[in-house]
Amino acid sequence: MTNMAQAEIQSYNINFGPQHPAAHGVLRLILEMSGEVVERADPHIGLLHRGTEKLIEHKTYAQSVPYFDRLDYVGTMNQEHAFVLAAEKLLGIEVPLRAKYIRTLYCEIGRILNHILNVTAFILDVGGMTPLLWGFEEREKLMGFYERACGARLHANYFRVGGVAWDLPSGLLEDISAWIEQYPKFLHDMEVVATGNRIFKQRTVEIGTVTADQALDWGFTGPNLRASGIAWDLRKSQPYEVYDQVDFDIPVGKIGDCYDRYLVRVLEMYESLKIMKQCIEKMPSGPVRVENHKVTPPPRAEMKKSMEALIHHFKLFTEGFHVPAGEVYAAVEAPKGEFGVYMIADGTNKPYRCKIRPPGYVHLQALDMMSKGHMMADVVANIGSIDIVFGEIDR
Amino acid sequence: MTTALKDLGEAIASALPGDVTGYEVNRCGELSVTVRASSIQKVLTYLRDSSLCQFKQLIDVCGVDWPAREARFDVVYHLLSLKLNQRVRVKVAVEDGGSVPTVTNVFSSAGWFEREVWDMFGVSFNGHPDLRRILTDYGFEGHPLRKDFPLTGYVEIRYDDAKKRCVYEPVSLTQDFRTFDFLSPWEGEGLLPGDEKAQGNG
Repeated sequence: MTNMAQAEIQSYNINFGPQHPAAHGVLRLILEMSGEVVERADPHIGLLHRGTEKLIEHKTYAQSVPYFDRLDYVGTMNQEHAFVLAAEKLLGIEVPLRAKYIRTLYCEIGRILNHILNVTAFILDVGGMTPLLWGFEEREKLMGFYERACGARLHANYFRVGGVAWDLPSGLLEDISAWIEQYPKFLHDMEVVATGNRIFKQRTVEIGTVTADQALDWGFTGPNLRASGIAWDLRKSQPYEVYDQVDFDIPVGKIGDCYDRYLVRVLEMYESLKIMKQCIEKMPSGPVRVENHKVTPPPRAEMKKSMEALIHHFKLFTEGFHVPAGEVYAAVEAPKGEFGVYMIADGTNKPYRCKIRPPGYVHLQALDMMSKGHMMADVVANIGSIDIVFGEIDR
Repeated sequence: MTTALKDLGEAIASALPGDVTGYEVNRCGELSVTVRASSIQKVLTYLRDSSLCQFKQLIDVCGVDWPAREARFDVVYHLLSLKLNQRVRVKVAVEDGGSVPTVTNVFSSAGWFEREVWDMFGVSFNGHPDLRRILTDYGFEGHPLRKDFPLTGYVEIRYDDAKKRCVYEPVSLTQDFRTFDFLSPWEGEGLLPGDEKAQGNG
């Protein structure tokens, strides 16, 4: 009889993904189960590996920027930002103030784009379909703002080393202001549906709890770290662009479970709205790219008249600019956490090495720790709450 | 900022004299510490636990390939201290085929980073609990981020309708991959054909 019982509860493996809607992309997860309880979760990643770092070693600096859109394809400009910051540090150039405000504004749009998708898809993962459908309407409007700035809804390629590609069209800031006014209504509706919802809480409260010490040990950054109760945000602690000139708060969670991670993201959207509003109010006029034409192309009109401008343009779009030798680590607070670029330049027009530090990679690594001892269905909640996108994890 | 980092570098170097071989603060204001490979665990433990440093987070581990060097690879660790609001970079040099002690027992987040360095560069980590490939395909051969690995790779995969399975074949390109050498011979350090005549003893 005892033998029989033992035989029945033998552990077995479940192959979850890589084609599973709750896997948020191409995650293949090998789950070692004991009955309904997870004993070990082994994520197999790399199904979307495109060799971005290798490709960048063979591309000029300007040609490398679009690869960053294709990492985390949900909030794209934030990734470009880390790369251009790294190159600018090595070049030692200071971006004009208007470009800084535009970058900050668009990074916050990217943050909201990301959080809408993550939060609503997370709610979908644990059983609430409606917010996702509402959220996509808002995302559509934000992608419209992306499109009006750079011509593309997702893969922006808008940030340049030395500024942004071009100035914003007239009327765009007014429309963004109008959107900021109406967006809290969506957030409110979503919170009515989800935040207090009994089923949502049953599925998320005290699931996948990560203590502050664990979060540090496992290298958590961004909303996942803040949900564990550590007030750490690169926008505050190591401010870049104009984050030190805008007023915003950092929401912090208490116990670091799935519910806290959800709440932190929702509250961050309110803060992003505050930052966007201040950016629009304070946005100065002026150039959006540095005037150094060894790095940024000269205006088209000048090229018609000036031989030197024409040469600069030709050199920039064939050879690209040379970055003085050195190494730098530049990190930004991307929507998912700390997105870093460790760049080694050797003085030529191509990066010698460009290591991309994706936040999701680190968070997914901790999935095993978070899921151990939980039920099968909680793994789905954990995956949804740590906010992973395979573009950046697999690179 | 820079002086504080210099002091920190000095303090680290003097606290671990046999293990730290040097430190520098570069022009971007970043502190790099070079460390003997055998003492990486000790150094990272010190950086994590000493009250002076408190680098509680291992942000990143990556490899760098320098084919011309005798110790061909660098393994670079990036640490972050929330307390000091500082970052430090720790570098370890290792030769081809060599290995570095794992730091998974110091920082849990090192696990996948070290797997990635193994996958991409072929630097192995002693004592790593689970040193498998991570990003490349099952059964992949070679280490793609080495400088001598071609950008196109060696094999390509396609679905073979006759065999009803995926098959691997050598890469065939309809057009050769083109790289352009943009380094100006007036600025570059490389030798041009005929330069030996100028330097020659005749």
